[in-house]
Amino acid sequence: MSTTGILRTLLWRDIQLVLRRQSDVVATLFFFIVAVSLFPLGVGAEPALLRSIGPGVLWVAALLSAMLSLGRLFAADFSDGTLEQLVLAPVPLTLVVAVKIFAHWVASGLPLVMLAPLLGLQFNLEVQDLGVLAFSLLLGTPLLSLIGAIGAALTLGVRGAGVLVAILVLPLYIPVLIFGAGAVTASAAGMSPQGALSLLAALLVLGVVFAPYAAAAALRIALE
Amino acid sequence: MRINWYRFSSPQTFYPLAGRLAPWFLGVAGLLAVVGLYISFFVAPTDFQQGEAYRIIFVHVPAAWMSMFIYLVMAGWSAVGLALNARLSFMMAQALAPTGAMFTFLALVTGSLWGKPMWGTWWVWDARLTSELILLFLYIGHMALQSAMEDTRRADRAGAMFALVSAINVPIIYFSVKWWNTLHQGASISLTKAPAMAHAMLLGMLVMALAFWAYTIGVALMRVRCVIKDREREAEWIDEAREIDEASEVEQ
Repeated sequence: MSTTGILRTLLWRDIQLVLRRQSDVVATLFFFIVAVSLFPLGVGAEPALLRSIGPGVLWVAALLSAMLSLGRLFAADFSDGTLEQLVLAPVPLTLVVAVKIFAHWVASGLPLVMLAPLLGLQFNLEVQDLGVLAFSLLLGTPLLSLIGAIGAALTLGVRGAGVLVAILVLPLYIPVLIFGAGAVTASAAGMSPQGALSLLAALLVLGVVFAPYAAAAALRIALE
Repeated sequence: MRINWYRFSSPQTFYPLAGRLAPWFLGVAGLLAVVGLYISFFVAPTDFQQGEAYRIIFVHVPAAWMSMFIYLVMAGWSAVGLALNARLSFMMAQALAPTGAMFTFLALVTGSLWGKPMWGTWWVWDARLTSELILLFLYIGHMALQSAMEDTRRADRAGAMFALVSAINVPIIYFSVKWWNTLHQGASISLTKAPAMAHAMLLGMLVMALAFWAYTIGVALMRVRCVIKDREREAEWIDEAREIDEASEVEQ
């Protein structure tokens, strides 16, 4: 089987696994909705206030739910031994990791991108801001999966991995949060979101190039 | 004279060396701290704008320098450890982390103590304060990751990996926070435009920085001895080293 053949099979397998266990995806999405809905209850429902905190709240909630889903990235394959087979497979582990990250993003990031504009309506965001929000999440959520994969690989099989991955990964998420929420805030303030979006895209390029390497190296450490 | 560095990369030979060097570094640190504090309290002039309260920078600025520098050194030892598969390098990285976290915390506390009289508030989401806070998170993450794993080999390597990844991220975080800061706060009070510092002030700060430097090396050597002792407790040489230690204590 050629390299692309193996990778395609792997991608299809990962996506099928997600499709057969939809409850995981739905639970993460509901966490996103619940977390976002808590904020108006906590800070008050004044429209101007909601509009000003909306971008930040939506992005922080996206960060947290992306982080919660990281446990699924490698843990199941690790516990049943599939991961060791993948490490031994005649394809570079970096590519395997990249495919798994992509599948993880399809299952966890993409639904957030599609759902976020709807929740943005609850925060009185204008239509164009909703577009910017969706676009910034489209650029940002893959980055969350990429950076998160490093943390997930480092904490694989460690006791208390859930909390540990949060401590490790959330500080590294900060630039994504700043530029993502910054783009939407700029747009809501009538400024151009282009600068923040460009920086976010630049970070994404960096992440796509380097994160799979780091995650693959971390996986090797975990499996040796 | 050529020093054979590889000889000292073995814990067995490094253990006594660290024991001999550590008191010297700590002694130098104490001396420099006395000199530095004397300069900062009695020689350095009172700032005409900030009064006496500015004197906290003699601790704050060197602590902030050290906090960032130690993270880089830690990442450096981690890289050496991963590249050469040297156990002692990982132990050095592990020994440095608590000191780095301590200096980061010190920089944060002194920064907020300085901020109260200067800015009128304990905490400002200033770019430098914020990135210092994030650095503290990274130190804590590093230590938490290492202590969560029982297998020391994996703990070493995973910690090293995290140190490298996060060290690459530190500049990105710093510039993103800076950008965020200018976006949200407009022109906040900054020290960069402060008038040129008096020579005595700069001298005090440098001496204090050197004192912190010596302290860091001394404490890291002491701590690496503990790490070696903990990890090599099964080895035979550790009993011999203990006998030598006890003998030298009796002499004193």
